[in-house]
Amino acid sequence: MSGFAALLTRDLRLAFRQGGDVANVVAFFALAVILFPFGVGPDPDLLARIAAGVLWVTALLAALLSLERLFDADFQDGSLETLSLMPVPLEIQVLAKCTAHWLTTGLPLTIIAPLLALVLHFDVAGYPALIAALLLGTPVLSLIGAIGVALTLGARRAGVLLSLLVLPLYIPVLIFGVAASEAAILGLESRPHLLLLAALLAASLALAPWAAAAALRQAFE
Amino acid sequence: MADRESQKSFTGEGLACRRGERQVFKDVAFALAPGDALLLGGPNGSGKTSLLRLMAGLGRPERGVIAWDGAAIADDPAAHRARLHYIGHQEAVKLALTAEENLAFWTGMRGANNGVIDALRRVRLDARAAWPARYLSAGERKRLGLARLMASPATLWLLDEPTTSLDTEATEILLTAIADHRRTGGRVALATHAPLSLPGAHTLSLAAHATWRQG
Repeated sequence: MSGFAALLTRDLRLAFRQGGDVANVVAFFALAVILFPFGVGPDPDLLARIAAGVLWVTALLAALLSLERLFDADFQDGSLETLSLMPVPLEIQVLAKCTAHWLTTGLPLTIIAPLLALVLHFDVAGYPALIAALLLGTPVLSLIGAIGVALTLGARRAGVLLSLLVLPLYIPVLIFGVAASEAAILGLESRPHLLLLAALLAASLALAPWAAAAALRQAFE
Repeated sequence: MADRESQKSFTGEGLACRRGERQVFKDVAFALAPGDALLLGGPNGSGKTSLLRLMAGLGRPERGVIAWDGAAIADDPAAHRARLHYIGHQEAVKLALTAEENLAFWTGMRGANNGVIDALRRVRLDARAAWPARYLSAGERKRLGLARLMASPATLWLLDEPTTSLDTEATEILLTAIADHRRTGGRVALATHAPLSLPGAHTLSLAAHATWRQG
């Protein structure tokens, strides 16, 4: 457990010292969302109808952009190899790194999303479901992303390959995330969608660290 | 000094390593008893780093077995990781963290601590403890990497070209640390091109396509 805390603290400290990382993700998210009113016109009804989809798709892309820093810097400077030789199991280390990644991307995205929803005339009734769905869904993005990054470590043009691998796996999160707030806006239950997101989170918490650790071990062969 | 009969031994037998299409070495063997040192020699590309990585358990040999006290290290990788220090070409130093934070992190991950500041003092970096590693020179970063050896205990040291970019003072510090380590029953395997004086060390010369000699 102390290894988990040590790695989490280090990754958070690195993220805040190199503050650009967090700011970049949030800035990308905000700018991309704000582009939509310019692109489709300022019609409030149209914007309100696409708001949930726009927020989720942009959050997905913002998370994708930030994924590489999950293992890449550590891979380049030899830290990852040294980490894999520590007594702390690699699976626990992956979990620590995903937690740090979520705290510096998923959480800021969740916090800023309600503000950006205003720009899109998002229906007030959908806010609680939007926030709950983002809280449940964004950790899944970090966890699934970790598998993708671990598999593409050291590959040429890893960025493109990474999006081909990871984006299809993000589709369930997107579907249930959008459906949760749509249901709330229509006056229906959003709970089933949130429960499905929670199930996705539970499954990826249980499986992703193992898959990513196995992929990392392959990278050192 | 080699004691092949001893159960307290770190051994490799009939080791072969292949990188892609290329046979790096084959039929390599070694045996390290407590207090032993092994100097790996051989030209570039002869597989010194590959052998050290196999000793650390990074990847598996194509053929052959590496064993600790008679038990293959692949059977219990966690126990093997807990007893070794591996220092590769790269220092694994985070430039945004201070020297002290870098070292404290690695000792925290190992869960055993001999004193971070003490270790920095031994490699003469205590005056730079609060400096971000970004401002350290290449040699100082290498010293910071080597300070890991002193900051937490491990019985097996695997060192890949540890003297690269070290000055004579730092090389002396390293040799003293190795001597202390061996005196307390530690083992060292070290790949180098520099002529290092390690009294009583075995040498294993990895020529291309691996013939091997021990003596």
